[in-house]
Amino acid sequence: MTSIEDETPRVRTLVLDVGDWPGHRAGQHVDVRLTAEDGYRAERAYSIASAPGEPLAITVERLDDGEVSPYLVDVVREGDAFEVRGPIGGYFVWDPADGGPLLLAGGGSGVVPLRAMLRHRQRSGSDVATRLLYSSRSLDDVIYREELAETDTGLDVVLTLTRAQPPGWTGPARRVDADLLREVAWRAEDGPLAFVCGPTSFVETVASGLVELGYDPARVKTERFGATGAR
Amino acid sequence: MEALDGNAMGGLLHDVFGTELTAASAVCGHCGARAAVAETVVYLGGPGAVARCRTCLGLLLVVVDVRGVRCVDLGGLASLDVPGADAG
Repeated sequence: MTSIEDETPRVRTLVLDVGDWPGHRAGQHVDVRLTAEDGYRAERAYSIASAPGEPLAITVERLDDGEVSPYLVDVVREGDAFEVRGPIGGYFVWDPADGGPLLLAGGGSGVVPLRAMLRHRQRSGSDVATRLLYSSRSLDDVIYREELAETDTGLDVVLTLTRAQPPGWTGPARRVDADLLREVAWRAEDGPLAFVCGPTSFVETVASGLVELGYDPARVKTERFGATGAR
Repeated sequence: MEALDGNAMGGLLHDVFGTELTAASAVCGHCGARAAVAETVVYLGGPGAVARCRTCLGLLLVVVDVRGVRCVDLGGLASLDVPGADAG
């Protein structure tokens, strides 16, 4: 591991130097495997946070009852090594040639692979019209907050803060529902491509909501992190 | 046990089949529904990994390691089509 970036009190990004890394696509993940001294192994999947062409980075949220994430968020230091397998996945991936308009919907740490797509879009000079709908508990829980505040041509970012809002907050303040999707999502007639990632309940709500709006189910790609909000 | 999806099985399936399979198209042997492997309902918390059909919840595939031997049961799959299989 070559460097660490704190994103929120519970989340950090780890930049990894993997020998012979074959490169990755935007939206893929890696499996991280930890082996205890007694041989016990635990393995979890973490989305790649960096764009293709950038050094491999993963963003990890600490789950208090987790087996792997507390080590990755609280313990591991620059220079430490652990086992990774990947890159993994060929379904939940985006390339500029896939077109758009692009709707990215993330719940909590589900924003991580979407961030890789946004960086890929920017670095490749793509002008695909893109909206990010990002549901977070509070402003302090927003991952990549400064990066997402930077404006980029053709990119809209809509934050919804579900538990706590700062004074003067004028954005949405509830979980993503059909009304919010209707406000934010591209019209189905425009042939949008959607990527939805987050806790399983978030993904089910958003994906079925988009299909109800007329989205082609084959162009609504999903990735579920489970009930806990991370994998 | 929490339900994930086939994306979470990508690494395991790559180990078993030697190729990326989440974008492969699986046809359920129970109800005939066709969906990407990534869209299946996956449980990883048990003694093995289980993928079920999102349409009928029928069992599609099971991967279990028993005393160092990996057992793969694909009995619930009618077919599995790998896109660009020659590209690996």
